[in-house]
Amino acid sequence: MQMENTLTNKRNRIHPHKFALWAAMASVTMMFGAFTSAYIVKQAAGNWLEYSLPPVFYLSTIVLLLSSFTLHSSFAAFKSGGEQKYKTLLVASLGLGIMFVVMQYMGWTELFKIGVDLKGNVSGSFFYLLSGIHALHVLGGIAAMTVAVIHAWSLKFNVTQKRINRFDLVVNYWHFVDFLWIYLFIFLLIKK
Amino acid sequence: MAHVNYAEEDVLIRENGFDDHFHEHHHGDKYQTNFLFHYVFSMDHKIIARQFLITGIIWAIIGAAMSVVFRLQLGFPEESLAWIKPFLGKWIVVDPSTGVGKLAPEFYYALVTMHGTIIVFFVLTAGLSGTFSNLLIPLQVGARDMASPFLNMLSYWFFFLAGVVMFYSLFLSTGPFSGGWVAYPPLSALPQASSGSGTGMTLWLVSLTLFVVSVLLGGINYITTILNLRTKGMSLWRMPLPIWAFFVTAILGLLSFPVLASGFFMLIFDRSLGTSFFLSDIFIGGQALDRVGGSPILYQHLFWFLGHPEVYIIILPAMGIVSEVMSVHARKPIFGYRAMVYSIMAIGFLSFIVWAHHMFMAGVNPFISNFFVIFTLIIAVPSAVKVFNWITTLYGGNLRLNSAMLFSIGFVSLFISGGLTGIFLGNSAIDIQMHDTYFVVAHFHIVMGVAAFFGMFAGVYHWYPKMYGRFMNETLGKIHFWGTIIAAYAIFWPMHYQGMAGVPRRYYSFDTFDAFRHFTEMNKFITVFAIISFFIQLVFVINFFYSIWYGKKMKTKNPYDANTLEWTTPIEPIHGNWPGNLPVVHRWAYDYNKDEREFVQQHIPLAEGEVGDH
Ligand code: HEM
Ligand SMILES: [Cu+2]
Repeated sequence: MQMENTLTNKRNRIHPHKFALWAAMASVTMMFGAFTSAYIVKQAAGNWLEYSLPPVFYLSTIVLLLSSFTLHSSFAAFKSGGEQKYKTLLVASLGLGIMFVVMQYMGWTELFKIGVDLKGNVSGSFFYLLSGIHALHVLGGIAAMTVAVIHAWSLKFNVTQKRINRFDLVVNYWHFVDFLWIYLFIFLLIKK
Repeated sequence: MAHVNYAEEDVLIRENGFDDHFHEHHHGDKYQTNFLFHYVFSMDHKIIARQFLITGIIWAIIGAAMSVVFRLQLGFPEESLAWIKPFLGKWIVVDPSTGVGKLAPEFYYALVTMHGTIIVFFVLTAGLSGTFSNLLIPLQVGARDMASPFLNMLSYWFFFLAGVVMFYSLFLSTGPFSGGWVAYPPLSALPQASSGSGTGMTLWLVSLTLFVVSVLLGGINYITTILNLRTKGMSLWRMPLPIWAFFVTAILGLLSFPVLASGFFMLIFDRSLGTSFFLSDIFIGGQALDRVGGSPILYQHLFWFLGHPEVYIIILPAMGIVSEVMSVHARKPIFGYRAMVYSIMAIGFLSFIVWAHHMFMAGVNPFISNFFVIFTLIIAVPSAVKVFNWITTLYGGNLRLNSAMLFSIGFVSLFISGGLTGIFLGNSAIDIQMHDTYFVVAHFHIVMGVAAFFGMFAGVYHWYPKMYGRFMNETLGKIHFWGTIIAAYAIFWPMHYQGMAGVPRRYYSFDTFDAFRHFTEMNKFITVFAIISFFIQLVFVINFFYSIWYGKKMKTKNPYDANTLEWTTPIEPIHGNWPGNLPVVHRWAYDYNKDEREFVQQHIPLAEGEVGDH
């Protein structure tokens, strides 16, 4: 098991890890594409409960957007050698990420209070399904960011290509879950 | 026949090869130090390929044995099955007064379901694509290994785990899942719907979810490797056809399996969290269930959005293998290389927009059906292009009729027979009569089941020396071929007549249907050939394992005088595939009988004034 985990033949333009991540994201996109298509088909068949989303979901959306922004700046700071800025913004992004999940949870309880139950009308079930599975993907991103935070403090600050590549993966994934939520949110607003 | 001086060739790679400094960083075979990491948790693509293959063979034996049991019920419903009781236990119900043993009907359904699931996913997806993508992608594109050997290892172990879970489900007291390999709700969504719908279905879902993970990890790796790790000179248009096929297959898998996963998530919600995505208007024992508002058709859409690409995930690798084997053993360039590639792509694309042809009778809008009829029929065009090219490749070739070649030719025969019946089924009006009958069973077994097995056999016989350094026995191989093709046609040809007469598939017994009485003898005939074909496969299994230790040794690197890069690697496989530099590629893979030369390997530079490629 001592072998390096990735092979490159030193001639690729894109790092194979990053390419693999994009392939995985394409795959996740297909999954959510399937969910939303099922939503459209089911909605067209009628018997569809309409409700308006609790305001906390608007806030959580802003929080998630913000976290993407801070993470991006943290990455930029890392590349240009700004250690302090990099660390602060990284932790901030992690915090915002966790906050997003907490706010989603609050949103679900509020929905439940106004009578939109997982077990009730399929329109509600779909909301929990979409936002729930999305939250699972966010948790994956939070795990990755946690590792990044641990590295930020445990490793000596050193801007190497390898660390840039690794950080880049985290940033890419996080932007992805962010875009995914924006897509889902707009979709849910338009097609409720 | 031209003779190549192999020592000279090594010089070519040594001096003109591409130096990636591989052996400087990776200290040789260090990671192969002990048995556990060499053979079990290996990250070497050549070992992982063999793991996929052998696991696939084991599953194939299990899946085929199941079909023999349910065929016995269909062919000889009056005979006693008490003799299998030692294997199947309580699923054989023995009448105490007469001593006659009968297959329990629930278990018949479970067997049909497991047979389909196992063969489609474990054998023809993992066993076929897993084996040959792993073996051939790095070797034929000139890479040291897969892009991520670690993910590659995980891909195998997820498959293995999926197998363990499914295997375990066979021994549940309520039996494994029994609602058909497509797992339609409500049988799959309501744990109380049938005996297999409870724990059996839960394990089925767990197993297949693990399987989806395996396919995705594998697929990501295959695509990344093909796009990023090709050696110098290996442009896309110089890739051998199997690589094109594996590439498109991996893309199909990557885009369609997640859709199946979304269906699975919704099923899990329905089963465990009380939602009603797929449920409505269900009555159990006259009692209405309070689960309303969902639609079972929704699941069918999600399933077949994977399901149809899945059949091409199964057949495309076989097509790639067959193209390569044919060209090598016909000693001719493959006819219409580019047309072959474009038709692989066309098939891949079209396979995403035809799924509802499985649902013509499920109540989808007939106008929407028309759309699917048209695209379904259009798939016949690239399919026909491929068939034409194979036949033309054979035409006038200097054929070596060895086992690999025979199976390739057999593949084409089966693909034609089964493809033609697809065109009947693709018409939504004709499908009213044919749907869910033995006509469909005959169609997909010939075009996909048996044909994909033939592609797999062709690949195994052909690349066996690359896997084990020895050859399989040719005489046994030919017996295997003739026995299998005769038995396969004998089994599935008659089913077309049954289907046209409307005999429904998946029925345990036809006792009560007078209309089907005259098929009794035909059913016996089919069952006899199913048993024969099962035993002929054992010839293959024996040949396979015997040859690992006692087969004829491979003495030269390139025993078939083939052009592709895998035949430039040492006979004794090494970590990193090539001892020194990577070969540099100068031409496509199909320069056979070119300018008086019998064959010209891909890493041989163009001669003075020679026109390259095609
Ligand atoms: C000319 C091309 C083909 C056409 C037009 C075609 C058409 C169809 C249609 C319309 C059905 C649905 C029949 C029904 O359930 O009533 C069907 C079933 C099926 N086809 Fe094909 N097919 C073609 C080629 C293939 C190929 C190449 C494969 C696999 C490699 C394949 C595998 C299957 C399978 C597995 C099923 C049945 C699945 C099930 O219900 O369990 N077909 N085909
Ligand atoms: Cu289909």
